[in-house]
Amino acid sequence: MDCQNCQIIKNIKNFTKIDYTIALVGNPNVGKSTLFNFLTGMNVKVGNWPGKTVTKIEGFFEFKVNQEKFVFKIIDLPGVYSIFSFTPEEEITRNFLFLGSYDIAIIILDATNLEKSLVLAFQVFEVTNKVILALNLVDEAKRKGIIIDVEKLQEKLKVPIIPIIAQTGYNVDNLIYKALSIIKGEIKVNPNKYTPPPELEKIIQDIQKEITEYYPEIKNHPFLRWIILRILEGDKIIIEMIKNKNLKTVEEKIKNKPILPIL
Amino acid sequence: MNFQEILEKVEKYRIQYNNTLKDKIIEGMHQQIDEILQDTIEYKQSNDILTKIENYIDYFITSRIGGIFVLISLLSLILWITITGANYISEFLSNIFASIEVFLRNSSNLLRIPPTISSFLIDGIYKSLSMVVSVMLPPMAIFFPLFTFLEDLGLLPRIALNMDKLFKMVGAHGNQALTMMVGFGCNAAGVISTRIIKSPKERLIAIITNNFMPCNGRWPLLIMISTLFLAPLISESLNPLLGSLIAALALVASVIIGLFFTLIVSLGISKSLKSIPSFYILEIPPYRKPNLLRIIYTSIIDRTVFVLMRAVYMAIPAGAFVWFLNYFNLSTPIINFLTPFGKMFGLDGVIILSYIIALPANELVIPSLLMLYTNAKNFIDIEEFKSIYQILSTYGNWDWKIALSVMLFSILHNPCTTTILTIYKETKSIKWTAIATLLPLSIAFTVLFILNNLILKHL
Repeated sequence: MDCQNCQIIKNIKNFTKIDYTIALVGNPNVGKSTLFNFLTGMNVKVGNWPGKTVTKIEGFFEFKVNQEKFVFKIIDLPGVYSIFSFTPEEEITRNFLFLGSYDIAIIILDATNLEKSLVLAFQVFEVTNKVILALNLVDEAKRKGIIIDVEKLQEKLKVPIIPIIAQTGYNVDNLIYKALSIIKGEIKVNPNKYTPPPELEKIIQDIQKEITEYYPEIKNHPFLRWIILRILEGDKIIIEMIKNKNLKTVEEKIKNKPILPIL
Repeated sequence: MNFQEILEKVEKYRIQYNNTLKDKIIEGMHQQIDEILQDTIEYKQSNDILTKIENYIDYFITSRIGGIFVLISLLSLILWITITGANYISEFLSNIFASIEVFLRNSSNLLRIPPTISSFLIDGIYKSLSMVVSVMLPPMAIFFPLFTFLEDLGLLPRIALNMDKLFKMVGAHGNQALTMMVGFGCNAAGVISTRIIKSPKERLIAIITNNFMPCNGRWPLLIMISTLFLAPLISESLNPLLGSLIAALALVASVIIGLFFTLIVSLGISKSLKSIPSFYILEIPPYRKPNLLRIIYTSIIDRTVFVLMRAVYMAIPAGAFVWFLNYFNLSTPIINFLTPFGKMFGLDGVIILSYIIALPANELVIPSLLMLYTNAKNFIDIEEFKSIYQILSTYGNWDWKIALSVMLFSILHNPCTTTILTIYKETKSIKWTAIATLLPLSIAFTVLFILNNLILKHL
């Protein structure tokens, strides 16, 4: 279902309200900033060193479909390989995805290095259902002889995948169109979640029982399992949150954390 | 069950799994992804010639032996080109500066400027300025563009990948290789560049050890000494090209010595700090066609001119300072006082004093050395000295042993004050700044003491 009457209008200035917010997630160097620039027309330098987009970068664009117009805010999250919060970038990304307010997260996959991209995507699936996948660099992958069965992959992940070329803007309108359908609830997304090995599963169940007894309000949290996994890993931030029985308390502390926490 | 008890329970599980609970979770995720990818992705033999060539080159460069071979030969080649080319430009520049000096002396005589003032301006300020420019500009103008070229080509990240295993063994980060290469340009910049290392412990290691890579303030000294004193050791009257090749190899050896101490210190720090989990992926950018204009811009404007201007600003007060020392006959007592200390380490008083004067910038070592040697002997007529070699060998009694000691000291000694300040800004810790300053200095003195008293003495 390609979008026939879609149009992306960049460099918009006079708008009164923001309809929806998009979060861009991806590994470093997968073309996050390129897609961001294509959509917003804002002049953001595209670097090659990992960690170039450390600060939060925002932009706006308008999406016209048939007669309707929508103003989108788009947030370019730092490029990360995981959201285990080892680094400031990972922490920023994780906290935003877990606690921040946005309507959809576009996860950019690198078609030439799909496994690395999916490791991140799987972790994002655990903290939010509001996701869509953009398969970037499909031209480069083709050149390298990598053939991806997008339909099948989509089926397995249970998340819509749109192949794009961020450099030229190929298929980006369809990506936004699909994202819009998900935001509006026309398409329901329920990503394939991580299923731990059975021996781990038993431990998870046990700790989950204890935690929900200690903090009953968390029982209906959609991402309780993710929280339990982090506690098992010894994630200090999440442990602190649960201890205080408040998932937002640590946010401020995180912001003011020094660059070198051991010093 | 209260929260503490829950945590204890978690801890028990963790111990039960030998602290590999986290790895188990990540492992399970990778397995799941592999299963998904197995029947959705297919790798075909690409017919694209470029891809094939890239794969071959990558295969060679990222293999252990191939990578080290490429790294060492590239570095030797770059340094060889630098030394050979720099000789010519240096000579050309010193001739120009010499004729300007004659002109300045003549005009000050004509204008009847008091000799004290003209000596201050010419012997103090002009001399140190011209020395800094003629010794430093040529190697920088050649070395930096070549280095930026490799950087732009995408070769350096591959070398970092190659170094990863080596650095992992000592508990450091593969990206440290990149920050060390930035350190070749300037250690202060190298310290700032450690921001690309996200894990705190590894970053601290990279900050403290960056100083073992000779910065561009030290390259000219190293190049000069290896050309003047070490190359003739092996080939007294060989042709100049071979001579500079030997000098280049001596420089590569000094980089390897720096690398050796980097690894040892890294190991020491990583062992003494409590383990902080770290996880990272090194990645290789695609090969790119280097942009020549950008190379010339970034290497000439950003680096060469920037570093040279810094050296020039530093040289003026330092030149004035040395001139005052000489003029009021203060340098001789200071040097005499420092000499026994220097002798312990195979150096002398002038070298120690020069390094004290050069605390703000390593660039000042050469001009300080030359000015202190010539004036310490109360020798005013500088005209007679045709070459730096003569000054050092006649008035400093330099031989290859002293030269070798100075080279080692240059590689291992403490960082300059700019770098020290940068380290403080990056770590916000007086303790680690002090360690980063004093540790290299004590290593330098220890190595020189052992070398001179146990080895060189008997040669």
